[in-house]
Amino acid sequence: MTLDWFLVVSALVFCIGAGGVLTRRNPLVVLLCLELMLNAANIALIAFARMWGNVDGQIFAIIVMVVAACEVCIGLGLVVAIYRRRLPIDVDELRELQG
Amino acid sequence: MTEVLFFIAAIGAIVGAVGVVALQNPFYSVLALVFHLLSLAALFLLLQAQFVAAAQVVVYAGAVMVLYVFVVAYVGAAESTHFKAPIGGGQRAFAVGFALALFVELVIAVLGSGLSAISTEGPDVRFGFGSPEQIGQALLTRFLVAFEVASYLLLIAAVGAVVLARRRGGIHEEETRVSAMSFLRPPGVGTMAEGVEGRTGTPEHRELGPPAERVP
Amino acid sequence: METTAWLILLFPLLGSIVLGLGFRIWPARVVGAVGTLAIAAAFVAALLTTFSLQDRGEEQRQVVFSAWDYLVTVGIDAKLSILVDPLSMFMALTVTGVSTLIHLYSVAYLSGDRGYARFFAYLNFFVFSMLLLVLAANFLLLIVGWAFVGAASYMLISFWYRRTTATAAGIKAFVINVLGDVGLVLGTFFIFKHSGSVDFLTTFARAPDVFPKGQADLTAGCLLLLVGAFAKSAQVPLHTWLPDAMEGPTPVSALIHAATMVTAGVYLIARMHPLFERAPAAADVGAIVGCATLLIAGTIGLVVTDLKRVIAYSTMSQIGYMIMGVSAGAYVAGLFHLMTHAFFKALLFMAAGSVISAMGGEQDLNKMGGFRKAMPFTFACFVIGGLALSGIPPFSGFFSKDEILLVMGEQGGWKWALYISGYIGAFLTAIYTWRMIFRAFFGEPVEQARELEHGHLYHAPEPFNPANGEIEDTDVGFPGPEHHIAETALSMKAAMGLLAVLAVVGGIVLVPKTTTWLDTFLEPSFAGSSVVAKPDDSLLVLGLLLGTALGLLGVFVAYTIWVRRPGTSARWVERFSGLHRLFVHKWYFDELIDILVVRPAAWFGRWGQQTFERVFVNGTLIGGTTGIVRAGSAAVRAAQSGFLRGYAALLLFGVVAVGLYFLIQSA
Repeated sequence: MTLDWFLVVSALVFCIGAGGVLTRRNPLVVLLCLELMLNAANIALIAFARMWGNVDGQIFAIIVMVVAACEVCIGLGLVVAIYRRRLPIDVDELRELQG
Repeated sequence: MTEVLFFIAAIGAIVGAVGVVALQNPFYSVLALVFHLLSLAALFLLLQAQFVAAAQVVVYAGAVMVLYVFVVAYVGAAESTHFKAPIGGGQRAFAVGFALALFVELVIAVLGSGLSAISTEGPDVRFGFGSPEQIGQALLTRFLVAFEVASYLLLIAAVGAVVLARRRGGIHEEETRVSAMSFLRPPGVGTMAEGVEGRTGTPEHRELGPPAERVP
Repeated sequence: METTAWLILLFPLLGSIVLGLGFRIWPARVVGAVGTLAIAAAFVAALLTTFSLQDRGEEQRQVVFSAWDYLVTVGIDAKLSILVDPLSMFMALTVTGVSTLIHLYSVAYLSGDRGYARFFAYLNFFVFSMLLLVLAANFLLLIVGWAFVGAASYMLISFWYRRTTATAAGIKAFVINVLGDVGLVLGTFFIFKHSGSVDFLTTFARAPDVFPKGQADLTAGCLLLLVGAFAKSAQVPLHTWLPDAMEGPTPVSALIHAATMVTAGVYLIARMHPLFERAPAAADVGAIVGCATLLIAGTIGLVVTDLKRVIAYSTMSQIGYMIMGVSAGAYVAGLFHLMTHAFFKALLFMAAGSVISAMGGEQDLNKMGGFRKAMPFTFACFVIGGLALSGIPPFSGFFSKDEILLVMGEQGGWKWALYISGYIGAFLTAIYTWRMIFRAFFGEPVEQARELEHGHLYHAPEPFNPANGEIEDTDVGFPGPEHHIAETALSMKAAMGLLAVLAVVGGIVLVPKTTTWLDTFLEPSFAGSSVVAKPDDSLLVLGLLLGTALGLLGVFVAYTIWVRRPGTSARWVERFSGLHRLFVHKWYFDELIDILVVRPAAWFGRWGQQTFERVFVNGTLIGGTTGIVRAGSAAVRAAQSGFLRGYAALLLFGVVAVGLYFLIQSA
């Protein structure tokens, strides 16, 4: 199994995630699509680690997972706070940072 | 054998990804993502990243997704479709178009790449490649700073999540708006806003009301 | 001499500053004392300077003292310098002398007014400006003094600033004065263009070389200087501000609009006599305008009913005499008349102030009558002033007025018309002066006079504006509640008494054929004059007799019309109603200026605001600029939609573009 297949899968998952970020209106689903993109990056990193033959890429992927976890944490906290304030859970409606 | 496994895992990953994007119910999207993550773990195994695969399953699919499930349950699963989006089908087409364009570019980059190494299966690696022992060694010697910073980041995220989501018990809209002026000048001493709105003076004098109109 | 010369200027300036800064600190008595003593000190300094000037030889009596340089470089030599010579000392003595007496008068007249200290500060500032004007040794300081005097006049006319009539009058005076300032400055430019120096003595020394007789630039420059002189001295057609300037307190009218400021034009022409002698066209214009003014003002004085305005028109008329005199070359005579006029006109104004106080603020002649028994001292002052004004010997006005007309007659030619007009004017002067006196003091005593006979000064139930009857209060910005008459206020009595003595004996300095003190004193200033005096004894005797006869005849006519046969004036008004209307409307000058100047200016302002300002400046320039900025920022702002998906799309688009770039580059 040559490595470029893994890279193609990574590219595909990344683009699906990007499309989802642009298309979905529920912030939770947007965050999920963001996870998709991060995971796609992970695949690419692991693949390149295998290409080089050292574990640096895998360490990188672990750290990416840490960052993704933190970001999910905060993002979900925000969504909970928004829900508590009885604002609509819709990225199109949450646009006060405008003008 | 590896090709078969690869294709199964790859297809699983792609189906999961598409499911995340396409399914209307957020619950189902979460479940699709879990499926996707498990497929990814299989892909990692194929790439000799055992520890990362295990971490993926335990941490990502196990902890983060559970958190997601909790929040989706709290917030509510319905996608409100009863009002029209400000920009509708046009942007959808654009989004799909851009994503497609990006995919095409990346594929061209990959297939036409000058990196000849990616056309191979990778060099032969010794047995402990990707094992916890090697990861641990790398983390604690060469990537120690990244490790420490990552743990620090997790601490910040934990504190941040607590602060964001704590209950503030019965606060109304106005009271959360804290104005710097109320710390600097007590009301009634005569700021410009007070003068214009007629709120100056001690309360005894306030029955005079706001200043009269200018006599023409 | 240098110290005393600078002290002349310094004392009033210090007085003004001290009083101005401490207007709330000093009590009223201190203010009055400081104000009067400052001018008295200036008078003493002027006296000392004159004495040291007379100590010098005849040839050295024009001295220039410089304090520092303003702008001394190639082509210009402007310094802060004063010129001490007989002419400026004469003016300085007159100004400071009469001002001291007027300050003394105001100490009592204005007491009780809330703006007392402000008044004295302004008055001192005015004296300083007038002294700066007469002592200036170059055109620059002259213009500075000229402008300051105009400003002081404005401040003092609108002294009671809450009266709308007073502020309107102040603005009118100031605007016309500014017109004169423009003429003065432009005239200076025309003269400086050829003489290359702003200094007087240098310019006069160079005049024979650079200005051939009747040269166009010189004539233009002198005509423009005349515009300045006419505006300041209230000659036709720039005279409309002077009657309105009577809105100011009476001491102001006495000082500024009788004795000093309005004589600045006369001083200007006398000072510039070398230039005017070389531009006969301009000099003739001056003489004709002076003559016209004296006739027009004389006719208007016959019909006005406001006491102060009668005296104002008489001032205008007498200044006409002076301007006519100095334009035609009768310098000493014109200045002599300036001095005597200062005496008796200030006296008349002071006495008028006393009468107005007795009337409780009312100024209308129609409402006055029979004050003879109630106010004997004021009556005596009015009589003395009136006799001097009418030119009855041996009072001072007689000698000065006839001296001017004598020079007119001596010059001959078309100046005979001026000669005859001058005597007609003298006749009119006598009539309107004694009209005023007979109407105010003879006849049935009015209620205010009767109250005063019993020793009680009349007070109006509510303070009011005599011009339009508006009710006022007595707080700052309006006249104070007290009224003071000469009989009871000592300082007023002293000032008026002194001026009365001067009005009687003042003519002694230049009695024809007997004394020539003024002539010899002023000789060094007019040494280079090319006006040749052709003394004609028969003309002299004719003039003296004619003057006396016309003066007495005028008194007699006034007596007949207003005392012996009371209904006469009403019958004459009916018979000559058209002429009467012309005079009452002041020869329609106000209406003419309104149509020619005020309405076009107002129309232009309105057009400017509505069309140019609104459409072009506001709409296009400002609106256009802001519109462009707003459109630009709106366009930029559209990118900040707050729309998350839009931002993400933009991000993705950027990534795609960058990837494309790298792909193309590496291909």
